Amino acid sequence: MDILTSFIVIPFLTIAGLVFCKDHKQVKLTAAIGMGIQLILAAVLIILFLRERAAGNMAEMLFVKDLVWFPSLNIHYLIGVDGISVAMIGLTSIVIFAGIFASWEVVELPKEFFIFLILLSSGVFGFFISLDLFTLFLFYEIAVIPMYLLIGIWGTGPREYSAMKLTLMLMGGSALILVGLLGLYFNSNPSGGQLTFSLLAISKVHIPVEIQKFFFPFLFIGFGVLGALFPFHTWSPDGHASAPTAVSMLHAGVLMKLGGYGCFRVAVFLLPEAAHELGWIFIILTTISVIYGAFGAIWQKDLKYINAYSSVSHCGMVLFAILMFNKTAMTGAVLQMISHGIMTALFFALIGMIYGRTHTRYINEMGGLMKVMPFLGVAYVIGGLASLGLPGFSGFVAEMTIFVGAFQNVDAFHRVATIIAVSSIVVTAVYILRVVGILLLGKINNEHYEHLGDAKWYERLSTGVLIFGITAIGMAPLWLSEMINGGLGPIIQRLLMASPIH
Amino acid sequence: MINFGYTVWIVLIPLFLFILIGFFGHKFKPIVSGIIGTSGLFASMAISYFTAYQYFFVLPKVGETFVKVIGFETTWLRFTEKLVIHLGVLLDPISVMMLIVITTVSFMVHLYSIGYMEGEKGYMRFFSFLSLFSFSMLGLVVATNIFQMYIFWELVGVSSYLLIGFYYTKDTAVAASKKAFIVTRFADLGFLIGILLLSFNTGTFDFITLTDPKGAAIAQGSGIMFLGLSTMTWSMIFIFMGGAGKSAMFPLHIWLPDAMEGPTPVSALIHAATMVVAGVYLVARLFPIFHFSAPVALDVVMYVGAFSSIFAAVIACTQFDIKRVLAYSTMSQIGMMMFALGVSGYGEEAGLGFMASMFHLFTHAFFKALLFLGAGAIIHAVHSNYMNEMGGLRKHLPITHITFLIACLAIAGIPPLAGFFSKDEILAASHQKAMWIFILGLIISGLTAFYMFRLYFSIFWGKDQHYHHTPHEAPKVMTIPLMLLSLGAIFAGLLPFSSFVTSDGKPFASHIDMAIAIPAVLVGVIGALTAMVFYRKETNIPEKISGFLGGFYRAAFRKFYIDEIYLFITRKIIFNYVSRPIAWFDRHIVDGSMNGISYVTNEVSGRIKGLQSGQLQTYAWVFVTGAVALALTFIYLWTN
Repeated sequence: MDILTSFIVIPFLTIAGLVFCKDHKQVKLTAAIGMGIQLILAAVLIILFLRERAAGNMAEMLFVKDLVWFPSLNIHYLIGVDGISVAMIGLTSIVIFAGIFASWEVVELPKEFFIFLILLSSGVFGFFISLDLFTLFLFYEIAVIPMYLLIGIWGTGPREYSAMKLTLMLMGGSALILVGLLGLYFNSNPSGGQLTFSLLAISKVHIPVEIQKFFFPFLFIGFGVLGALFPFHTWSPDGHASAPTAVSMLHAGVLMKLGGYGCFRVAVFLLPEAAHELGWIFIILTTISVIYGAFGAIWQKDLKYINAYSSVSHCGMVLFAILMFNKTAMTGAVLQMISHGIMTALFFALIGMIYGRTHTRYINEMGGLMKVMPFLGVAYVIGGLASLGLPGFSGFVAEMTIFVGAFQNVDAFHRVATIIAVSSIVVTAVYILRVVGILLLGKINNEHYEHLGDAKWYERLSTGVLIFGITAIGMAPLWLSEMINGGLGPIIQRLLMASPIH
Repeated sequence: MINFGYTVWIVLIPLFLFILIGFFGHKFKPIVSGIIGTSGLFASMAISYFTAYQYFFVLPKVGETFVKVIGFETTWLRFTEKLVIHLGVLLDPISVMMLIVITTVSFMVHLYSIGYMEGEKGYMRFFSFLSLFSFSMLGLVVATNIFQMYIFWELVGVSSYLLIGFYYTKDTAVAASKKAFIVTRFADLGFLIGILLLSFNTGTFDFITLTDPKGAAIAQGSGIMFLGLSTMTWSMIFIFMGGAGKSAMFPLHIWLPDAMEGPTPVSALIHAATMVVAGVYLVARLFPIFHFSAPVALDVVMYVGAFSSIFAAVIACTQFDIKRVLAYSTMSQIGMMMFALGVSGYGEEAGLGFMASMFHLFTHAFFKALLFLGAGAIIHAVHSNYMNEMGGLRKHLPITHITFLIACLAIAGIPPLAGFFSKDEILAASHQKAMWIFILGLIISGLTAFYMFRLYFSIFWGKDQHYHHTPHEAPKVMTIPLMLLSLGAIFAGLLPFSSFVTSDGKPFASHIDMAIAIPAVLVGVIGALTAMVFYRKETNIPEKISGFLGGFYRAAFRKFYIDEIYLFITRKIIFNYVSRPIAWFDRHIVDGSMNGISYVTNEVSGRIKGLQSGQLQTYAWVFVTGAVALALTFIYLWTN
């Protein structure tokens, strides 16, 4: 079995193992072991990948495997990875690993909970390795659907409403994606002959500009819904607020990245001319996302809402960077996906842990928690500092790469958009410090909180892994940035060929 | 050629201390963290002195000029082919001078804090943050490129945030730390935009390439015009905005007085001697670009510095919290350093302002740190920050009294103490530029002497107040740093500074011009004597004068209402008219329309569902109406 397929097989083996588990303890252990193996495997994949590249294997995709699945429609199980997908796989395995430990205290139907959670992650892994558009879409759906059940059954607050809203909006997005994908399929061979879903094959053909312009909005908005593109982001605050901890982590940490990844791997890569011509509309929308999400977060009182709006802002930055169409900005986009993924998972994990103790998520009802739970408090401050882009954490690396990249576009429109996006760093600082000030610092404002305990071992493990992730990237970003950069070659080349200027 | 690779340890030692104390400090007794931190900083200081010795005396000069040496460099992140962030150590006269200043003051503050912070909760935390700050500040001054500087610039900002908010259960401290961070962050936004502009135009981050007067960056000129100013000017103004934020220049100064909520040693280290002069250092670092490519921006530096300086000096005369007086004094002195840079030319004698600014930065670090540490000893003894609750302390605190007096004399510019020499050079440089700025400098000197001696006489002379317990002198571990720093305040001015630090690295001989020195000393003495008359014994002259000044005095006392203006803009406008409507808009309009779509879908599907009712009559009715409608349509089309 090749290494990539095992990223799908291991989750299913874990699920099979979970079915036979007898009690709560076994369930947790099985899930942890399965995802632990997954994490190790991801590390192995990164090492193998870097070694192949160092050995001079400059093929566009590595570890490629091609099996025919539906011969009549020419659907393949075609998988392979470049630097970008490897990085995304690394992100996913870190987040799911931390997510398992963050949901250590799930008591209601734990077996089913973990089964759905791991099923969701298998969809994500499948999505990142797929090079066949149909398979890719299939995995996308596998990742989205368990979300409905996870929120609907294990959620809090108005969970049915939120689950319904989230699923319907994302389904609406996938309907658009499906139209776009079929559009690509039927135009994949302009000279006649066998049509194909293969991403690599389509990237070699030239689709007429008019057709591109028709299908580009379907794909970009369809994936954009998942990437919280303004104004299709409103599922995010409600969905996150109702979702259980690990689901929020996985959803904001990884699922929202499927949107960004899809936007540039499918929409921009395959329809470059349309991207150039229509990019300006989306640059406006994403610039709005960036600044609007940040201002929206200032006024919120619910911790999860704050983080949801902050995600709108940060994910807006991802799409914004993709539309800058140069190597630096796009590297920044992928870095931002990874950085935000880990960071936001950390936030949601911590919010879950704090909620588990205080039973409220309203910041006004809390205060001075640093004193009673120093570990969680410090972790929250670290997450906050990473989020506002402090050097030494991953957020800084990603944002600076995006800003420098975006600034390479000389015209006034791009400049203005960039400067607006850059100014979000101040607004972010405002809402982060506001939360830290109210929630953690000051005096304890409720005597019940005096006796709350600090983090347990599994909570420390969960947050520790994530904190390690953001600091490791933040301290030594070069290898990651070079790995991503290396994967961008074909995409940039295709964009340049399509560019009206060149 | 000497290998300066070891200089990286000056920066790395504090980083290791931070990690060591931060992670393992709680395993030992608190005092252990203090001792480890202090001895680590001592090592850093020793290496810095050795570096200075090697750099200034051993390293051969090229054509009479001190060369810029890269001691160490590693690639951190690659944006494009040309735009690469290196992390490294750049040695040139100003960075070596800053290494001396930072490690010396930081060591003194560490030593002092062992005593000052005794018994405080979070003793380890305090020392680990101090180390973090020292690391960031050292990394900032040795930066080889502007992006490295920005990285460490942000890090000093966060260390400052953490240390101001050290007493995190106190609401005022939390608010002050937040304010400091956000105001400087706003300024850093300008810095960042400036960096983006500058690096895009010049294609490099590297300081050596950027500031070479014959290099490509300066040779390419000022760039295209935009809104009446060249792009180079814009980028330098934006970069200066970052410097103005960090150095508390008007109108971004509002965080500095509040930052005094932090423990006093922190105020001494961060908010007096080192971090707040980072803005001055930044302008000095990029001075050739300012001078050659963006002279308009250099004028901005001059005006902002001059205005801030006089503005702060006036406010300092009216405040009663001793730390706030010192804070405004710091702002005023930094303003002087700024306008000294602003009036400076480039190269040898013409660069007198540059040299004077660096010289003043150097001497100021000693006497201002001394003043703050002295203030700490006083607050430690009487448990109050307010000078009107103090008096007659000279009997109780003899060592503090003498060292404080030395610092006051130094800052007032009384010869032969350190402040006299550096201030004299600043005045000389201003005199070369224009008469008005020279006179302004004189007025500021007079005000400085007045408010410092107002402070001095109110604290140490006058009537004994009723203290909770008899004030007693601080322990040795606190008084020793005071005495050592007062040596600096006395003798630092005697250094032949212009043979080390100049705008182009070429030493020149500076001299005292009597025509400038005599009036300067005279205004200082007048200021000090006035304060003596007013405050040595209790009199009613100050009330009379403040009554006479009326509205102006009240405005100065309320710090010219700048805080209120800011509060109005942030609370009233940004929160109420931007953030709140966005939150509302999002929930009601955007989300509402999304819900609206689902509602409409629901309704429509409900109606459509009704069509397939299974009732034959309905079907028949629909069929007939449909057929009739179609027939009518066809007939209509046919006849036309």
